Amino acid sequence: MTLVFEPVADPSAPLARRNPVAKLGAALLFSLPLVSTVDPLTPAIALLVELVLLPFFGVRYRVLARRAAPLLLAAVGVLVTMVLFAADRSGELLFSAGPFEVTTGVLATATGLILRIFAVALPGIIVFATTDPTDLADALVQNAKAPARFALGALAAFRLLPLLAQEWHALTLARRARGVDAGRNPVAKVRLFASTAFALLVGALRRGVRLSVAMDARGFDSGVPRTYARRQHFTGADTALLACAGVASAAILAVTVALGVFRPIVG
Amino acid sequence: MSEVQLRGFGWRHAGRRAWAVRELDLHIRHGERVLLLGPSGAGKSTLLAALAGLLPEDSGESEGTIEIDGISPLKAFRSSGFPRRPEDQASAAAQFQVGIVFQDPQTQLVMARSGDDVAFGCENRGVPAGEIWPRVSDALDRVGFPYPITRSTSALSGGEAQRLALAGVLALRPGLLLLDEPTANLDPSGAELIREAVARATGPETTLIIVEHRVAEALTLVDRVVVLEPGGGVRADGAPEMIFAAYGDKLADEGVWVPGFSTPPVKATTKADPDLVRAEHVTVPGRLAPVSIAAGAGEVVAVTGPNGAGKSTLALLLGGLLAPASGRIEAFGDRQPPHRWRAATLTQRIGSVFQNPEHQFVTSRVADELALGPRRVGRSPDEVRRIVDDLLDRLRLTKLAAANPYTLSGGEARRLSVATALATAPRLLVLDEPTFGQDRRTWRELVDLLAGLRAEGHGIVAVTHDDAFVRTLADRVVPLGAAEPAPLPRRLLP
Repeated sequence: MTLVFEPVADPSAPLARRNPVAKLGAALLFSLPLVSTVDPLTPAIALLVELVLLPFFGVRYRVLARRAAPLLLAAVGVLVTMVLFAADRSGELLFSAGPFEVTTGVLATATGLILRIFAVALPGIIVFATTDPTDLADALVQNAKAPARFALGALAAFRLLPLLAQEWHALTLARRARGVDAGRNPVAKVRLFASTAFALLVGALRRGVRLSVAMDARGFDSGVPRTYARRQHFTGADTALLACAGVASAAILAVTVALGVFRPIVG
Repeated sequence: MSEVQLRGFGWRHAGRRAWAVRELDLHIRHGERVLLLGPSGAGKSTLLAALAGLLPEDSGESEGTIEIDGISPLKAFRSSGFPRRPEDQASAAAQFQVGIVFQDPQTQLVMARSGDDVAFGCENRGVPAGEIWPRVSDALDRVGFPYPITRSTSALSGGEAQRLALAGVLALRPGLLLLDEPTANLDPSGAELIREAVARATGPETTLIIVEHRVAEALTLVDRVVVLEPGGGVRADGAPEMIFAAYGDKLADEGVWVPGFSTPPVKATTKADPDLVRAEHVTVPGRLAPVSIAAGAGEVVAVTGPNGAGKSTLALLLGGLLAPASGRIEAFGDRQPPHRWRAATLTQRIGSVFQNPEHQFVTSRVADELALGPRRVGRSPDEVRRIVDDLLDRLRLTKLAAANPYTLSGGEARRLSVATALATAPRLLVLDEPTFGQDRRTWRELVDLLAGLRAEGHGIVAVTHDDAFVRTLADRVVPLGAAEPAPLPRRLLP
């Protein structure tokens, strides 16, 4: 198991270079309004916009596809759930699988939901693929005025994450050495998993305590105003990025309302 | 420059009955270099934590006074920001009074990039941005950090990470530098680099206090030794030669690695019996180059070699915990290789002791921990009780039978981890750095215990960096990096 957090984009791409807080804000401004509707057209347009903008973030399509692959699981889940449980079975009957009647209405709703998952998730994926975690923490503290205790604390914890994978491996081997294994018994497997997970948690807490003592010892959050070794600048271009994201999102919704396909999520 | 003054100082952690340190009177002058000694539990680390301002008033009870340059460390610590007014900045060096380096390199680094990590402390203390980066490169130079500042902190070895942690403290130019067993988690070459870095990086203007078990190595850094008495107070204080001449025997008995006390070798009396385990040309890509090794009943085989040679990986292979990518392992005459055995079978044949004892603890009581293995392999309740009592007694754990394994001291946890491996009576023991970071007393006990097991006909494979351990106990040494050249003529155990 490997955990990959490193940014994978070309850092000199025009939009990848923007302030991390601006990128994160733009992603939220763009994708959150799309949640308000369940029609398939809105997320489809949004997806199109996202894919067209991708080169400006320096992210290659292949990289995006790899990072977005886990979303396919969610998509399959939605499809199965809709075919089995959709209450609205309007539209033409396409085929019936046993007691389940698959109609155009069912497929339209499922497609809408799946497109929505991708349209909402992609901006987040793009932001994290183009942003160094340290830069994000710096920008959160310097530009978004987030408390350093929160932003840098999270960053420090983040650094320890890959250690968890190694630790899990060691714990699993150590249990086998102690004569503890589950064999083919599924109940024993679950119990072994739970006990290993608990040991992992205990170890992580102890490590967390040691880390926080070490951070205290280096004067972290001791009441002295911090200075910044790395400056993050929030420029006019960053404001423009935020504004464009908001405008684009509003424009997409305006188009769907004008075309009469807008279906609000409430009501 | 910092001066330390303790008058009747004592500290009791909240919720504890015993005082960690008590009735301590101590005066350390500007620029002195002090080695702080004492048996486990004498309160050495507590004293360093107090000096570093890491014992807030609400975390326990204190008595007496503790002062650095006339002010309480807690106050000094909270107010030691960089002066805003330029006229105050000339004396700013003295503002950052205390820096401390701990034992575990992994949990002292905060940032993803090395340079950022050194800058972290400067940012916290409000050092002006323009002054941070010169301080960072200066500190990295002084500790001999070999990489550019963009080097990822997770790509560093233990010794490199510890040097980076030291640089992070030095960048603040502390008047008082505290080192709490800074080399205990490192292999000998990493430890040597840390000592060099400390020697090079601290001038006569730095007051230094070190806690370190391995005294001989630390002596080059200090000019004064202070021995704490476990019940409270200072037992001895003075020049190193004087202290060791007068108190050496007693300190050695209490587990301090006093220089000049060597240990007589204990070697096998009988010739090694047929092989219990034999590995031929086993490899794990990226972790272990092809190696052949065998271990028989009644012998201790030491596996040595530099970091990254794959010693721990070899221990996992021989312990039946990992499958080799190529080559074969035969043990106990079984046609199946050990990594295919059921855990219950494995644990009755091969006992593995990991480098970190805590990885192996499964239960919440010491006695349960020992009973677990025998129960899993189907011993009767009476037998289990007998085995547990016997092991508790042999490894001096009887008083701790009801304690939680995670609350044990380093030496106790090590003894328990060995005892758990012995509980199912395996004939082969595989130990990964069994003496790592142990005081002299636990070390001696481990050596005697393993020698006793060998005399009973157990085979023992120990992966180790510890030269004294190899000299004292090992019958054969397999240096990794070079595969064992000799063919393996001995027959396998039927």
